[in-house]
Amino acid sequence: MGFWEGLWRMALAPLVVLMVVLTTVPLWIWLERRVCARIQQRIGPNRVGVMGLLQPMADAAKLIFKEDITPAHVDRVVYLLAPIIALVPSMAALAVIPFGDLQAADVNIGVLWILALSSLAVYGVVLAGWASNNKWSMMGGIRSAAQMVSYELGMSLAIIAVLLTTSVYAASHGGHALSLRTAVNSQQGVGPLAWNFIWHLPAFVVFIIAAVAESNRAPFDLPEAEQELVAGFHTEYSSFRFAMFYMGEYVHMTTLSAVCTCLFFGGWLSPFAGIPLLARLNVSTVPVLMYLAPLFWFFLKVTLFIFLYIWLRWTLPRMRWDQLMALGWVVLLPAALVWVAVVTVLAGAGKVVDGFVFSGDGWFRLLSLLAVAAAYLIYRRRRGSS
Amino acid sequence: MREFFKQVLEVLEPIREGFRTTGRHMAMEPVTYEYPEQRKPVPDRARWRHILRRYQEGENVGLERCIGCSLCSAACPADCIYVEAAENTDDERYSPGERYASTYQINLLRCIFCGMCEEACPTGAIVLTDDYALAEDSRMDFIYNKERLLVPPVS
Repeated sequence: MGFWEGLWRMALAPLVVLMVVLTTVPLWIWLERRVCARIQQRIGPNRVGVMGLLQPMADAAKLIFKEDITPAHVDRVVYLLAPIIALVPSMAALAVIPFGDLQAADVNIGVLWILALSSLAVYGVVLAGWASNNKWSMMGGIRSAAQMVSYELGMSLAIIAVLLTTSVYAASHGGHALSLRTAVNSQQGVGPLAWNFIWHLPAFVVFIIAAVAESNRAPFDLPEAEQELVAGFHTEYSSFRFAMFYMGEYVHMTTLSAVCTCLFFGGWLSPFAGIPLLARLNVSTVPVLMYLAPLFWFFLKVTLFIFLYIWLRWTLPRMRWDQLMALGWVVLLPAALVWVAVVTVLAGAGKVVDGFVFSGDGWFRLLSLLAVAAAYLIYRRRRGSS
Repeated sequence: MREFFKQVLEVLEPIREGFRTTGRHMAMEPVTYEYPEQRKPVPDRARWRHILRRYQEGENVGLERCIGCSLCSAACPADCIYVEAAENTDDERYSPGERYASTYQINLLRCIFCGMCEEACPTGAIVLTDDYALAEDSRMDFIYNKERLLVPPVS
């Protein structure tokens, strides 16, 4: 490794990743406010900067200049530490996410790293609730902990299902089974048809629901349920500490969307790749686009997920506490378990499955999808005539 | 098994309906008026900020209509108008008759915008307009004096 390459890998790439992600946070906040405005047939912030894009910056400036109150009754050390704990792990989790060629660190246990850190972020919420020494904050923190326990399992199992096929790919093509880079590479094939969200649909659904729950957003925003708990765990926080929680939420969203993109939506892969006619659009030989196109596709997919998050938030009412627990333990966990079992059997069945459905040439995937569709149509016609 | 899927669909149905509803509203035109630039039309007879008019034509063109009779002040149920009259002279003529209003103040914080002053005025001097954007930085600024109430001279 030469000096410049070393400098890039050790210092600049992580910095660039951090900068890119921190820049996207105001963008998501802006998107959220504009989309929710449109859902309510309003316009939303459109005054500060072009189309109101600088509104989050103005809000951040306002928050920084507000008085930073530390209430007298709080557990001071923990109180001051909690926002940091909420924000830092979700940022650190971004280190292993491959944005095309741009990646802070290609760790061979990338998925584990993400699972570990994204569940660490809950400590920020729990500690904030505890340190605030306020019953509403406390309840918010405890809800968050309970929520995390019930959703982390389903989410991990959903990821494990994907990892099984990734490891089949890694065994034959090389690469670390737990690296997100391998997960993306294993989804090469006929455009979106090769992506995991089709072949791991149950895992994908479980993951998406768990991801919403994990980032504490509606309809799973019980820890901060305004109507019941004032503002939940961040009731006592003001000024920049509140801004850190706010930012943490969006960074967490970005992280989870990025993980979801890597595991289920082919990461930086173009949706046109491998499709006969559209493959002419392949830009992997054009000098500049070669680096920009993967970034473009990656961020497009992440944006779509964030949009889904936002749409979800402004559509569904908050779930009741026992419904949330029931969904996590009774629906998502068994569903993910069953899917892991199915995938294990299929992957364990050996080369047939290996070559046929999961990691073969995309055409097999297309044909098998068509076969399933045809079988379904025949089944419907039979049932209709009888 | 079929029963199971039926139940799943029953759960998903309202969620789908919710997404359909919010999606539909997202595509609709926003109902917002972008206020300072776009204003909602006010009714023709809206009663807001007062003005003191001048004669726009005829023999008295340019002169103030107000003759300082204080009838508006007497009619005012909120008692928010204060008028002081003074004599017109041939050198300094403000209004057609003998007297004019040397001081004319309306306390807009007390005003209830009932329009009684407008009805009481014998010369049609005081009129309520449709200017509803009445904001000031201090309470004193809400006492509109004659300079602010009087329309500019006819040029």
